[in-house]
Amino acid sequence: MTKFINGLMRLRRGPWEMLASLLIALGVIMLMQPFALGLYSYSFIVTLVGTVMFVIVSHFPE
Amino acid sequence: MTTSPIHRAAQSTPDGVARKIRGLSDRAIAWIFVAPTIFLLLAVNIFPLIWTIRLSFTNFRVNRPNNDVEWVGLRNYKRILSDPDIWNTMQATAHFLLWTIALQVLIGFFLAFLINKKFKGNDLWTTIIVFPMMLSPAVVGNFWTFLYQPQIGLFNYVVAFFTGADPASFSMIGDVHLAPWAIIIADTWMWTPFVMLICLAGLRSIPDSIYEAAECDRASKWRQFWTITIPMALPFLMLAVLFRGIENFKMFDLVVQLTGGGPGNTTTLTSIDLKREAFEKWRTGYSSAYAVILFVTVFGLASIYVKALNKVKER
Repeated sequence: MTKFINGLMRLRRGPWEMLASLLIALGVIMLMQPFALGLYSYSFIVTLVGTVMFVIVSHFPE
Repeated sequence: MTTSPIHRAAQSTPDGVARKIRGLSDRAIAWIFVAPTIFLLLAVNIFPLIWTIRLSFTNFRVNRPNNDVEWVGLRNYKRILSDPDIWNTMQATAHFLLWTIALQVLIGFFLAFLINKKFKGNDLWTTIIVFPMMLSPAVVGNFWTFLYQPQIGLFNYVVAFFTGADPASFSMIGDVHLAPWAIIIADTWMWTPFVMLICLAGLRSIPDSIYEAAECDRASKWRQFWTITIPMALPFLMLAVLFRGIENFKMFDLVVQLTGGGPGNTTTLTSIDLKREAFEKWRTGYSSAYAVILFVTVFGLASIYVKALNKVKER
């Protein structure tokens, strides 16, 4: 966990890509889940933030 | 003197042009060759994407081109993301996606595993199994509509044979609970051969020497399957999931032919709903926002999936 946070602080690609992937996955689950309309409403913004973050952080150093 | 077509073409180039070309760097010449492709890509892919994003913030209707186009900001996105009907459509798409991918990967891999064994008539069976994939989705849709007919459909009689139920007592495409499964079965029937072919390529790429070494180490068949076959075929399996996932996310033709999105909205997938909004209700701005949401979702998923695929390949 400390390694992960250190990676985030030092703008390393691995942990940031992991975070972006988690956001995308969370957004897609929120989009397609059958439980709460509120989650569905916020799904797109979560996916969009994750996707844009993924595109940006994939240019970070290893 | 050489008179090849290349020489003749070179000699016919005007001196001025030839001098200009001779003065260009390799990099410039490379750009000249690549430029038409880049231009085509920009015109066919990037421009429509940017235009769709722009339209998604307006109330533009393509059937009323002379009306004033108003900038509505995020209104289209807000409407889509608070509409329970579109939410149901997303769930129907998720149900369709999850089950088709799971069934196609399981059955496809099993068939590939069997076909990979050397036996008589191997090629004939491969051709027979691959046959559904060669058909048009419209043909498959029609074909399965007949198979699912409660009175005359073969499918109902096969189910009746195994369960003892009356063949006319259920309708696969008329029942709200069965219709989602009807489209899953038809799609699985059509596209499992595709997954099988990809898995077969993966299985055939595993060298026999690895299995021979495992045999020398007295590894059981079960152990060989889990520690050699699955890990080495995994990139191919993931590729099959990626292809089928993207294809099924935009599934349209087969489902329209089979159920038309019904009964009710139970089999209305996102692409069918999008087409209705865009070309039946003519809400171009609204449907553009809908398309952008679907695009971002697929793009995001594909990004993390490609990253995972590269990791597996590096192992």
